[in-house]
Amino acid sequence: MKQVLEFEKPLVKAREELEELRRKQALKNTSKVTLAIADLEKKLAELQEETYANLSPWQRVQIARHIQRPYMLDYARLCFDEFVELHGDRHIGDDNAMPGGFATLNGQRVMLIGQQKGRDTKENLLRNFGSAHPEGYRKALRLMRMAEKFGLPVICMIDTPGAFPGIGAEERNIAEAIAFNLLEMMKIRTPMVSVVIGEGGSGGALGIGVTDRVIMLENAYYSVISPEGCAAILWKHRQHAPEAAQALKLSAPDLMELGIIDHIVPEPHGGAHHDHHAVAASLKSALVSALAELTPLGSEELLQKRYEKFRAYGKFTEGE
Amino acid sequence: MGLFSKRSVSDLGEKKKDMPEGLWVKCPSCGESLYESALAKNLRVCTQCGHHFTMSSGERIAALVDEGTFEEIDANLDSVNALGFKDYLAKVKAYQVKTGLKEAVVTGRARIDGTPVVLAIMDFRFLGASMGSVVGEKITRAIETATREKCSVIIFSASGGARMHEGILSLMQMAKTCGALARHGEAKLPYISVLTHPTTGGVTASFATVGDLILAEPKCMIGFAGPRVVKETTHSDLPPGFQTAEFMMEHGLVDMIIQRPVMRETLAKLLKYVQQEKKAA
Repeated sequence: MKQVLEFEKPLVKAREELEELRRKQALKNTSKVTLAIADLEKKLAELQEETYANLSPWQRVQIARHIQRPYMLDYARLCFDEFVELHGDRHIGDDNAMPGGFATLNGQRVMLIGQQKGRDTKENLLRNFGSAHPEGYRKALRLMRMAEKFGLPVICMIDTPGAFPGIGAEERNIAEAIAFNLLEMMKIRTPMVSVVIGEGGSGGALGIGVTDRVIMLENAYYSVISPEGCAAILWKHRQHAPEAAQALKLSAPDLMELGIIDHIVPEPHGGAHHDHHAVAASLKSALVSALAELTPLGSEELLQKRYEKFRAYGKFTEGE
Repeated sequence: MGLFSKRSVSDLGEKKKDMPEGLWVKCPSCGESLYESALAKNLRVCTQCGHHFTMSSGERIAALVDEGTFEEIDANLDSVNALGFKDYLAKVKAYQVKTGLKEAVVTGRARIDGTPVVLAIMDFRFLGASMGSVVGEKITRAIETATREKCSVIIFSASGGARMHEGILSLMQMAKTCGALARHGEAKLPYISVLTHPTTGGVTASFATVGDLILAEPKCMIGFAGPRVVKETTHSDLPPGFQTAEFMMEHGLVDMIIQRPVMRETLAKLLKYVQQEKKAA
């Protein structure tokens, strides 16, 4: 089943009408049909332009959550020559919501870590909808430290609605697992790049996001709270999520303006799910150039700049 | 001059005097009616059952530091409405009037039993002590001050989490504060985190849980996700005492649970173990 987003329904309808006309044309070509097709093609192009040129933040959130959107392991296959998955936090278990391992990007050895969602019930049981447990964050840190030891740059792919809010997660200190990563990532002496490929859900996203470069796909979002959560608290109802999405400034263009991200990777018209190969090619070249910028820097300079980058975040005024 | 710059501890306690005399407070734990002034004198701990009431930052400072040693720093930071969030600054203003505070954290230098420390005290009465840019900046500067002056930093946390009115900027305060702690830690300087009721969300998932030493006040609520969210997500009943200081202790996540009346002497004792010996000048 192909997932059709609410705001795309008029487009889907127009495309179906066009196909119907083309079927008619194949059976019996008349000048009337030819004209109708030309007319509809024009209208469709306009409608597409109108729909996709001015996506609202809430529409982008829906695209970011689209089940046909490429996930971390899709990119592992499409952007990298090889991915060798490594497992486990060495204490409790292996978190399948946070795969990680060696990968080769354009001939360069790297450590690839990220959150992975599932597309159906079975996959989501395995991947926990991309919501990692403490084990996931601790595995991620283990792999980052190994990358530092062996001189590999780190690439983190962020795609999570948030860290898992469960009983076991609290018992095993999910808060500390994230906090410890925030602290330790500031000290990892190797180039680090993160890219928000879908959902950048709060602390669960940031827990692998303290990196030298922060890249975002055009329709991904990155937020302190989900639009639904924000709406439930401030508007007293989840149905105000579209307004909350607008207010939170969670879209890539807004975050670029706020200075939170360094680069936006363009997506195909309508979102990454329309063309996995095209978006993977764009992402690959963004990753390659980010690493090319960072690799020449010495580790002291790298750490100093990473500190300054995150140190600068915040807006306030200061009186005498 | 800001609201709190370099005010002495006795000034900070002044607000109490404004309260009407003879006010009774009902203890939410045992139901006992308590005389307000007796409660204040007992550090806001119920004289009957030991329940720890919410304490203002001023009261806490007065209860912790050597008399006359508290010197507030970075008192003049003001929140701005960076995202253009509806009614945000009006809300901040309302809490300023209500609490007499400028923001949700007070920071400064002090001595505890003679040991110099930098303190950061979050005040839950101010917008749930949520962390926005000002709170994050003040805590970061407090940590950096401690790093520069080679002393311990003690943070008393209480927070509903990151302040959503400042969106992603609030989230980034988590990384910023932890970054400052990374440097403080690399200088082998001690960080004591004290968790008070309630400490949740983005504060729990940043500086509050990475102390060299983590203390908690009895029965205080400590968690990452709110209990309602956990219940709804997992569709299961929460274990008794879930997300309390005692739950944290049982799972090995805090060093000690400390009653408020002995907090000061406990901190003094711990500081003497972790504070680096001063080299002869």
